[in-house]
Amino acid sequence: MTLALTSSHIAKPHVAREPKPPVNGLPLSLSNVEKRFGALSVLQHFSLDVPAGRFLAVVGRSGGGKSTLMRLIAGLDKPSSGTVSIGGAAVDGLNPDVRLLFQEARLVPWQRVGENVGIARGPRWQETARATLRDVGLEDRENDWPSVLSGGQKQRVALARALVSQPRILLLDEPFGALDALTRIEMHRLLETLWTARGFTTVLITHDVAEAVALADRVVVLREGAVALDIDIDLERPRRELADPRAVDLQRRILEAV
Amino acid sequence: MAEASLAGARTEASGASRRQPVSGRAPGQGAALRQRLAPWALPIAILILWEIASRSGLVTARLIPAPTSVAAAFWRLLLDGSLLYHTLASTQRAVIGLVIGGGIGFVLGVVNGLWRPAETFLDSTIQMVRNVPHLALIPLVILWFGIGETAKIFLVSVGVFFPIYMNTFYGVRTIDPQVVEMAEVYGLNRRAMILRIILPGALPSILVGLRYALGFMWLTLIVAETISATNGIGYMTMNAREFLQTDVVLLGIIVYALLGKVADLATRAIERRVLSWHPAYQGQEMGTP
Ligand SMILES: Nc1ncnc2c1ncn2[C@@H]1O[C@H](COP(=O)(O)OP(=O)(O)O)[C@@H](O)[C@H]1O
Ligand SMILES: [Mg+2]
Repeated sequence: MTLALTSSHIAKPHVAREPKPPVNGLPLSLSNVEKRFGALSVLQHFSLDVPAGRFLAVVGRSGGGKSTLMRLIAGLDKPSSGTVSIGGAAVDGLNPDVRLLFQEARLVPWQRVGENVGIARGPRWQETARATLRDVGLEDRENDWPSVLSGGQKQRVALARALVSQPRILLLDEPFGALDALTRIEMHRLLETLWTARGFTTVLITHDVAEAVALADRVVVLREGAVALDIDIDLERPRRELADPRAVDLQRRILEAV
Repeated sequence: MAEASLAGARTEASGASRRQPVSGRAPGQGAALRQRLAPWALPIAILILWEIASRSGLVTARLIPAPTSVAAAFWRLLLDGSLLYHTLASTQRAVIGLVIGGGIGFVLGVVNGLWRPAETFLDSTIQMVRNVPHLALIPLVILWFGIGETAKIFLVSVGVFFPIYMNTFYGVRTIDPQVVEMAEVYGLNRRAMILRIILPGALPSILVGLRYALGFMWLTLIVAETISATNGIGYMTMNAREFLQTDVVLLGIIVYALLGKVADLATRAIERRVLSWHPAYQGQEMGTP
């Protein structure tokens, strides 16, 4: 396992993160990863280390290979060369410790909300689903059909479905892109709360630089298949101050690199 | 192929058309009642005119019997039990044929939809045979099976097979691949995938197939029973024709129409029940041309 902690990660105490329980996330590491689709090379010499429990945001242009990166981490696809490893072990296919949230909620329309959350039907799935729905603010909706939910509620169900198995890595591929601004802010708070409480390692893909700065510990800009910028976001949480000049400055630096 | 069969597809906003017209509450009870009775006005007027025309000798009662004589025939055949007997005989054939032909169509539709090698091996043959109007097989079927029960059940089976097969296949094939991928990510095994994702997802299309199949089922039966049978509604009407009992012939036609309607209502009730998750209980429809 490679540790890529920069000095700032260790040195600066994060006051607001003090009550955080022991980290149960897994570290994530990509080294020299290359991914080709035929002649098209989407990722080249891509290396990245994410220590356990951190919140990483990946920003990049559309078609820049962000979803491809996610699929490699999730084990849905294999790199053409290089290695992806989770918790020190090379990724080989799907891993139940890793959950992935897509841009679309991808709920099963003919299963009720509770059945969607408990889709894997583990032991006592109904109770677990109910409890997790409560965590995402959807108590009492377990018997509804997905079609009656709003876009934000659907993503909450998808989030509950991802969290129900207590994953140690959560991957989010532009999950809030289709939501309106207010719902998006609600979802940010929810995600931050859940992450603080549960401590899973998080990788959030987004094209919204403000979202990246508002949520992540660290932002990586993916450009032309490689890391173009890698900066830490040392702002105390919760980050409610939208016009914080430090945040604005970080956003500007990220936008310049995209 | 799926593409070719899509050419015959048509979308029906069945959810909307099925709903009762909303009767305006404001103008009071009278208006609401008139709204409800309005669709019946024309048929009733036609029946009355028809009765008058028939009684006054304007039309030959022997060719077009009056509605009252049809009603009388209904009563007579109901009392002597023959109406029930023939209806049951027809229904039994219909159900057996539907179970056999529909069952095979369903299984082949699922297998071919899920498993490419089976599709490659079977689908083009099925599509080729589909272009033969199954009623054209009657002379051949009589040669093979004689004029007994087997021949009629065989014809019904063939008639219901294609709509069920095609719509099942289409339903399985057009499942949202994103949902399937999601289910794979969440570790559903093959069995759970088929039972909880693929079959329920294909169900709207399968039910459309069932509705078409029921139409073909009665149509086939009418023809088959008219050609050779010793009981059943088709036999009853052909027999009545020999004795110039036009009222019974007309009654037979009405019974067929009612049986068709009952089958359709039953399917719709099933749809409403099992597709309650669907915002409008609607799906892509696909008919056999
Ligand atoms: N399965 C695939 N086959 C061929 N090309 C693909 C495949 N998946 C992605 N690509 C291509 O790789 C590039 C990156 O896609 P993607 O990772 O989805 O970008 P992003 O998520 O950043 O918008 C695009 O040009 C896309 O067309
Ligand atoms: Mg993408």
